[in-house]
Amino acid sequence: MPKVTIDDRTIEVHAGTTVIQAAEQLGIFIPHYCYHPGLSIAGSCRMCLVEIEKNPKLQIACYTMVTDGMVVRTTTPAVTIARAAILEFLLANHPLDCPVCDQAGECKLQEFYMRFGRYDSTLLEDKLKKHKAIPIGPHIILDSERCILCSRCTRFVDEVTKTHELAIFNRGSHAELLPVRDAVVDNPYSGCLADVCPVGALTDRDFRFQVRVWYLEKTESICHGCARGCNIEIHTNRRRTHHNNGRLIARFKPRHNADVNGYWICDAGRYSYKGLESDDRLLSPAARGQAGLSWTDALAQVDEQVTSAIAAHGVGSVAVIATPSLSNEEIWALRRLFREGMKVDAIAHLCPPDPNGVTDDLLRQADTFPNSFGASVIIPGSPPAVESVLSSAADGRIKTLFVIGSGLAERIASERLKEALSRVELAIAIQTHHSVVTEAATFAMPMTTYAECTGTVTNSAGRVQRFWSAMPPLGDSRPLLDILADLAARWEVPSAPRDPQSCFAELAGCVEYYAGLTYATLGSIGVNPRQMAVPSA
Amino acid sequence: MLKLVTKNIGVENSHTLAVAREHGAYSRTAKALAMSPDDLVQEVIQSNLRGLGGAGFPAGRKWSFLPKDSPKPRYLVVNGDEGEPGTCKDKYIMIHDPHLLLEGIIIACWAIRSHKAFIYIRGEYDLPITRMEAAIAEAKAAGILGEKVMGHDFALDVVVHRGAGAYICGEETALLESLEGKRGWPRLKPPFPAVEGYMRCPTIVNNVETLSYVPFVVEMGGPAFAALGCERNGGLRMHTVSGRVNRPGVYELPVGTSLREIIYTHAGGIVGGRALKAVIPGGSSSPVLTADEIDVPMDFDSLAKIGSMAGSAGIIVFDETVSMVEALQVLIRFYAHESCGQCTPCREGTAWLEKIVTRILDQGGQPGDADNMLRIARNIMGNTICPLGDAAALPVISFVTKFRSEFEVWINKGRPVASIPLRPTHIGEPAMAS
Repeated sequence: MPKVTIDDRTIEVHAGTTVIQAAEQLGIFIPHYCYHPGLSIAGSCRMCLVEIEKNPKLQIACYTMVTDGMVVRTTTPAVTIARAAILEFLLANHPLDCPVCDQAGECKLQEFYMRFGRYDSTLLEDKLKKHKAIPIGPHIILDSERCILCSRCTRFVDEVTKTHELAIFNRGSHAELLPVRDAVVDNPYSGCLADVCPVGALTDRDFRFQVRVWYLEKTESICHGCARGCNIEIHTNRRRTHHNNGRLIARFKPRHNADVNGYWICDAGRYSYKGLESDDRLLSPAARGQAGLSWTDALAQVDEQVTSAIAAHGVGSVAVIATPSLSNEEIWALRRLFREGMKVDAIAHLCPPDPNGVTDDLLRQADTFPNSFGASVIIPGSPPAVESVLSSAADGRIKTLFVIGSGLAERIASERLKEALSRVELAIAIQTHHSVVTEAATFAMPMTTYAECTGTVTNSAGRVQRFWSAMPPLGDSRPLLDILADLAARWEVPSAPRDPQSCFAELAGCVEYYAGLTYATLGSIGVNPRQMAVPSA
Repeated sequence: MLKLVTKNIGVENSHTLAVAREHGAYSRTAKALAMSPDDLVQEVIQSNLRGLGGAGFPAGRKWSFLPKDSPKPRYLVVNGDEGEPGTCKDKYIMIHDPHLLLEGIIIACWAIRSHKAFIYIRGEYDLPITRMEAAIAEAKAAGILGEKVMGHDFALDVVVHRGAGAYICGEETALLESLEGKRGWPRLKPPFPAVEGYMRCPTIVNNVETLSYVPFVVEMGGPAFAALGCERNGGLRMHTVSGRVNRPGVYELPVGTSLREIIYTHAGGIVGGRALKAVIPGGSSSPVLTADEIDVPMDFDSLAKIGSMAGSAGIIVFDETVSMVEALQVLIRFYAHESCGQCTPCREGTAWLEKIVTRILDQGGQPGDADNMLRIARNIMGNTICPLGDAAALPVISFVTKFRSEFEVWINKGRPVASIPLRPTHIGEPAMAS
């Protein structure tokens, strides 16, 4: 393995490592624009020029492979001058419209000028005019004047999505990024273009002008849009609550995880954040014909009616539908309460497929539940399918039915759901959103979404990954772990801990698949207990 | 005087196979095919034949860089893009002696064990393209090209590819991209084309003139060819002389002929007997020489020693009436227009420099402009993917350094040093003083 010395510090790296990667391993930052670890090397921005001993000219760190004994310097006068020169060139035709540019605050031109530029302008010439504010697709808007022609976006549509909608036209300083002919940038990953663009040329139509990025807080999370479990950041705006249409969540951004999603997320996942604060969120407990119930009343009534139903029909008349939208902890707490506490046998989690699910060869998976794997591991035995439970309910064989977790309304015809829920004597829905389920249920209780609580999900490959609470519970919604613990207390059966971490510890102690795992070992990018290599995205 | 690649120019119908054969075409092919490829490469190494497209890389050594053990096919790509301003030599070979080039291609392909050659010719070269295509058809019909080259167990196909008129496509890796049907953007190196060239296969890219000398290397032997030129730079080469000389044209002369001799003897001296002011010796990218720097042999090493380049031997002569600021504007406008736009320093730097020179000529010069031009040019130098950046920066640096006072006159809003306008577009403004 070759050894390289960068700024007087030596490191041994794998053969084939580039100088920029070796520097990163040493914690030495080499500024760059066209280099993106998820894309091929372009070597065109020339921002990463460094001095390498025995080379008369500066070399680009993104393309130069480390050789044994190589000595690299990144802070010499020649490098400093070159970096400032590249910035000066990049800004020569840049409109410098930072005050009205949505990229401001996360723009690499701003950032690198302040770190590596800081020259006095000698530019007396007029700047070139190019196309501005072209909506090139449903999610992306293009400002060619701000473009620095780093070609990250064209490489993204060529190499990652292979949709080829963008290209660079014309030559010299007139070179310009534009859509190819009449191409519309509507590929299912187009939102990533705003992520790969290091400047304000490609911005997200959904996010732009909603809130300045420096007001945002970031929370690590897992996209719950499908069974892939892409690692994301949830960006929330608590400091300017009058911005962003009063919503807390401003956007999702992909978070790098080489084993799951690489650097990308799909558009469906990216914009799924809107559902987390949508108008149809269930915000307070309700009983049929009795809106705005207090939690105390709701729990007392549910307690009383469930208890008398069991007394009248026996526990065999009780069934639970728990969709795999729930976290491992929530499913574990369900199992503890209903299976081990109440001795309910029928806990169904196997739902029919989502007709809107799509599988592609990049990230998206047809199973649009985040935790089907976890549910099947945590609920032991061979549980009944959700559809057969609904049939039993419609037949009158089930008298009490719990429906916990979202996703049924998308998969099962609403007439069938309505029929099943109205035939049972007692239907209790614990849900995040209003739906046909909450409408038809005897009781509806609001639970938090995954953005409002912490927990873990297990993706289709078996990888266990954590998500963190990014915002307080909306309305009167409560974490499911608390709701179940309250019911357990009323029914005087043991419950799982209310605290997700302890709950996970209990799960890991009881379910073989999670044995040995803790929140600490999961870290921020999760662990796959099967130790199975998952094809990286 | 000895002539090799130009000796048939002027012979009637020299481009046809019958006439070409009477004048020696393909007479060296049999000798070459009887030699082993490795011996042939050695012969070319000994000839000191260098790349006459402008880079001057030793041709034989280039051939020897092909990987010995690659299972991939090998290609010869002939660079007939000839875009360097001040250079128009290759087209004469292709127009008047296409079979000479084909013979060079056959020998080179034998030497590098290639069975397919492409001739990439700039789109504007209509007649050269027609002549090369006709010559290939004739050669195929005569069994000179095809499954059995002149009866030998050696298959060779030659294809003409028409460029679309971009200077950058004369840069070998941009040429290869263009040949593959892509945008003509230079590639990052390494790998060099000898290792990964056309379609990522081992490829030799040679200039038209370079290959046209190969039959003569075979004919007279490497050492004899080398002896025609000077040390480390053998044979003859074609010098394109343009500008303010009495007899502009293409002169085939021994390598190392002095620049003074070329200008004053062969090209007939300066128009109107005026004084010489400056000379670009090797195509527009080479640093300009002043009148007292022309006692220099026109070989690659001698010109490098005095800080310029023999390049493509496109000699552009400026007399005392030429405004160096206007001349630089013509040059830098060309580079700004032809920059491919891929990498930052060249894309933005050339355009910026053009704007500054234009502003100076439009009486908008500012103190510091000359230094700023030098600074910008030096920031381009060496920092780009391909040599176009240097090609644009070098003239700027040499013009501003060597003729600084002339720039200062313009910058200080003075009138030019009396000039005959180079650019018709500038006639609107009184370019002539007094």
